[in-house]
Amino acid sequence: MHEDDDRAGPAELAAPRDEAIPQAAGPAGAPAGPPGRTSSSWPARRERTPLTLVLAVCAALLVVTMTFGVAIGSVPLSPVAVWHVVAGGLAGHPENTVAGIIVWQIRLPRVLLAAVVGAALTTAGSVVQVLVRNALADPFLLGVSSGASVGATAVLLLGAFASLGVWAISVGSVLGALAAMAAVFLVSRSGRGLAPTQLILCGVVLSALFESVTSFLIFRGNPQATQSVLFWLLGSFGLASWNQLPIPAAALAVAMIYLLAQGRTLNALAMGAEPAASLGVDVRRLRRNLFLVTSLMAGVAVAVSGIIGFVGLVVPHIVRLIVGSDHRRVLPTGVLFGASFMVLGDLLARTIVAPQEMPIGVITAFIGAPTLIVLIRRRPYLYGATQ
Amino acid sequence: MSLRLDHLAVDIAGRRIVTGIDLTVGDHEFAGLVGPNGSGKSTILKTIYRVHPPSAGRVLLDGTDLLSLRPKEAARRIAVVTQESTSEFDFTVREMVMIGRTPHKGSFERDTVTDRGIVDQAIERVGCQQLAYRRFNTLSGGEKQLVLIARALAQEADHLVLDEPTNHLDIHHQVEILEVVAGLGVTVLAALHDLSLAALFCRDIYVLCAGQLVTGGPPGLVLTPEIIRQAYGADVLVIEHPDTGTPHLIPRRVQPTTRVHPTGDAPARSAAQPDTPA
Repeated sequence: MHEDDDRAGPAELAAPRDEAIPQAAGPAGAPAGPPGRTSSSWPARRERTPLTLVLAVCAALLVVTMTFGVAIGSVPLSPVAVWHVVAGGLAGHPENTVAGIIVWQIRLPRVLLAAVVGAALTTAGSVVQVLVRNALADPFLLGVSSGASVGATAVLLLGAFASLGVWAISVGSVLGALAAMAAVFLVSRSGRGLAPTQLILCGVVLSALFESVTSFLIFRGNPQATQSVLFWLLGSFGLASWNQLPIPAAALAVAMIYLLAQGRTLNALAMGAEPAASLGVDVRRLRRNLFLVTSLMAGVAVAVSGIIGFVGLVVPHIVRLIVGSDHRRVLPTGVLFGASFMVLGDLLARTIVAPQEMPIGVITAFIGAPTLIVLIRRRPYLYGATQ
Repeated sequence: MSLRLDHLAVDIAGRRIVTGIDLTVGDHEFAGLVGPNGSGKSTILKTIYRVHPPSAGRVLLDGTDLLSLRPKEAARRIAVVTQESTSEFDFTVREMVMIGRTPHKGSFERDTVTDRGIVDQAIERVGCQQLAYRRFNTLSGGEKQLVLIARALAQEADHLVLDEPTNHLDIHHQVEILEVVAGLGVTVLAALHDLSLAALFCRDIYVLCAGQLVTGGPPGLVLTPEIIRQAYGADVLVIEHPDTGTPHLIPRRVQPTTRVHPTGDAPARSAAQPDTPA
């Protein structure tokens, strides 16, 4: 039996081969192409959803979430009442009613700040993922958040910058973020510019170092102050006010103008450094600028809201699933979608366990982690692409 | 539309990788760069597409020093198909080819009808119309390579540099890719691994060994057993390709071996093998 099998093997293999040779030699010069690509005709058009439509839907979503973000709370208001107050405020004479004060003084600045921070973190996340070509990258990869923590903790526990009053934490965290950013930049810089792997490793290592500095400060600090540090570390828009808005909004606007101008070169960089260079991109300069722009956006966002995780990681992936990876589509969509996501997160943070307020970092992680896992498990997935 | 390397030398991290490279690819010619692994083929190509600066010598495009051009200007003259064929990002084939328009566009400039026409034409020239709306990541290796060639075409450069474009491809795609490239009518310099395939398509072949050119010229003069032994340390038989007369290399085993029948049986008869070309 066994011997028969052994002998049958090569014989069977040989038979089709012998037949195949004359077949292939017959129609010489006209080899059959691979199936599926031989037709010279164009297939039916299957374009992506037009960007204007996507943006219109996302803008509508943002308006709705912001309206509900302002309307819902311990004193519920109707959307009509909300828009009445907003219209009055924009016209320059805010109402002096209870509803007017709640909307104009408390909830509207908070919702706007959440929107700006959500947009900034999403944009920074989208760009960092291209900068280091890694799907796990988020804006805090570059050391911004851990540096900001050191600064904010120093303010809260040691009373640094006490003369600056309410701005002390913001100033402390911005300085911390800038210092961390500079450290990561200098350490990961090599002869050939900012290489992705070095950037990731240096970011992770230095972040761990800064986090231990924060831990040390907490360890040395007094217990009451420690709680406020913990709350700050998890992020909140509870202290939002109008005068906190201009700086993050301006940072976002400047960054967006720069990044939209770089839409094409970002796509080229997504191909890798060498293909980008062959497409005429000054890769070294582009990477340096992207590093600065994203770090500044993330740093300013952290300064006004604390560390809100997951938004900069998850939302860019959701956006790419909707519009693909062309950054001329990803960036504007991300601004609107990220803003809506954060407004919704903040709404949940202050209503789920009302009258108490949940740190928003908890909410974004609770929404973000399952969402990303569902997306990843639905199909083999990478950066919005399927294999 | 000529590409000339003039006494080119390249250092990487303080180490000289290639030195004294002189070669010229004439107008509309297809030249091959061959040599063992690590001989400096990629380094030379990367210098041409400006990843590495030359340490000495020059890269000349129609007599103009490449380094005197701005990055975008250079990218409008030289397009590249690199070994990379994966993109982790979700681009469709048309979006991918549109990226080839990058050096032609300003910061906020949008894709025009002209750009779309150029992209569609590039896709047609490599015969990938049926793939136009597919995701790049879902394509096979050969299809990806064709799309990357289309991207290089959309760049509208008159020089094309290819770094081992047929790596990891089956024999059908190897021939198809090179056939497409040869039919483009641009000046081509390609690093190639398969010497017989290179001989089939290249007008001139330059052989590189340990960072220096061993020789260069028409395949028939360059691909001899002596030069292959000198450059690769490999023992080969060279026969004539029955169609083209170009050299075809047959590797030989290092260990002495006996003849084996094509079906794998023990050698019974040594005369009149059925597979000798008629």
